[in-house]
Amino acid sequence: MNEIWDWAYTWEILPILARASLVTIQATILGFILAATLGLVFAILRMSQSPWISLPVAGFVEFIRSTPLLIQIFFIFFVFPEFGIVLSALTAGILALGLHYGTYCSEVYRAGLANIPRGQWEASTALNLSGYHTFKDVIIPQAIPPVVPALGNYLVALFKETPLLSAIAVLELMQTAKILGSETFRYTEPITLVGIFFLVFSLVTAALLRQVEGWLKRRGGG
Amino acid sequence: MRETNGSAGEAMPMVRFDHVTKAYGSLTVLNALNLDVAHGEKVAIIGPSGSGKTTVLRMLMTLERINDGVIYVEGEPLTHMERGGKLVPANQRHLRRLRGKIGMVFQHFNLFPHMNALKNCVEAPVTVLKMPRREAEERATELLEMVGLGDKLGHYPSQLSGGQQQRVAIARALAMRPKIMLFDEVTSALDPELVGEVLNVIRKLGAEHDLTMLMVTHQMGFAKEFADRVCFFYAGKIAEEGPPEEIFANPKNERTQQFLSAVLEAT
Repeated sequence: MNEIWDWAYTWEILPILARASLVTIQATILGFILAATLGLVFAILRMSQSPWISLPVAGFVEFIRSTPLLIQIFFIFFVFPEFGIVLSALTAGILALGLHYGTYCSEVYRAGLANIPRGQWEASTALNLSGYHTFKDVIIPQAIPPVVPALGNYLVALFKETPLLSAIAVLELMQTAKILGSETFRYTEPITLVGIFFLVFSLVTAALLRQVEGWLKRRGGG
Repeated sequence: MRETNGSAGEAMPMVRFDHVTKAYGSLTVLNALNLDVAHGEKVAIIGPSGSGKTTVLRMLMTLERINDGVIYVEGEPLTHMERGGKLVPANQRHLRRLRGKIGMVFQHFNLFPHMNALKNCVEAPVTVLKMPRREAEERATELLEMVGLGDKLGHYPSQLSGGQQQRVAIARALAMRPKIMLFDEVTSALDPELVGEVLNVIRKLGAEHDLTMLMVTHQMGFAKEFADRVCFFYAGKIAEEGPPEEIFANPKNERTQQFLSAVLEAT
């Protein structure tokens, strides 16, 4: 047991970590869907003509962006129950990830929306399109493809922050590795394996994103 | 707020600018403009840059708010609506109802780059006029054929020349069945050899349709031949107006004379 790397132990814990990685992936995918959706909502609300809508949203976005994700995770998990909102650890974690990265995504969308030439808005007005159809049919289809790479970066960033959910005992990769380590007093294998899992998933995600970007470019070329 | 001018009847012009003022900060672009355009009339608006001529079209298209005065369309206030005998600034609903009578073609086309030519002309009739998609596509195809692009339905704007894009933009505006068409320097962004094809489409529209047209243009030859009336704008006002024969052959205002001789010298 004194060797630096114990292969028998490695094979023993690998299936356990593989199962835990499903929780990590679940938190990443659901968290990012929430972030991408909330981000678009924030970005559109911030464009509102009414300061009663745009200013509170801008304030909220700045507030979330300027406070640590870990505190937000704790707040949702430990403080929300005080107000009668009791969430499972995983749900609280996904909500925190979605909110936190939603504010980052909103900045990305904002840049994309700001890059749409004024003429597109004016043509929409001249054709009498409603605000809803202007956004849905004219503006958003043009604003989103150019910002997909930036959104993809936040997907990878969000994924790499999921170990923070171990702080509220979500049984994702990191928390599972910590438990394994504390049971056997061998941390080398579990922690290293978790690192390798993250490396592999990050590389796979980055490769997939490049495929999506390439596809969007070909499609955008008409 | 101001009094409504009561009975808006048959006698009202298609478009009326009633003491319309537009200012950006301390810069007054249009100063108490009065302009009536009759049903079916073709009006060319000419003048030096910065004279407010494009602003006239943009206000009528409701792309710009006005600071004072009222714009009427078919006798009904466009920029305002009646509330208890008074005119108050129009809300979105009122604007959307009246804006439907007006179509606009822009200097830089402003086609939707992610839609092909047909889709550009189908989108608004389907979503705004609630036209069945099949019918909208048939009409759009007819319009694109009318502007000479029947073989380019599936082409995206990036695959079309400037002149072709502008003709799609004309078809797109016509697909909304406007009564009034606004042309804002529609040939200014085109290579010289492409100007003719766009002007030909406008000629055809003028001959075949019962449209009221307002065009801001630098094509003096076209204005002379096509327009029923020419308005020369200078410093936010109509300095001179009249039938093209008169304005071009025998301008009375000194500013008009200077402008025309400068323009004619350049061509």
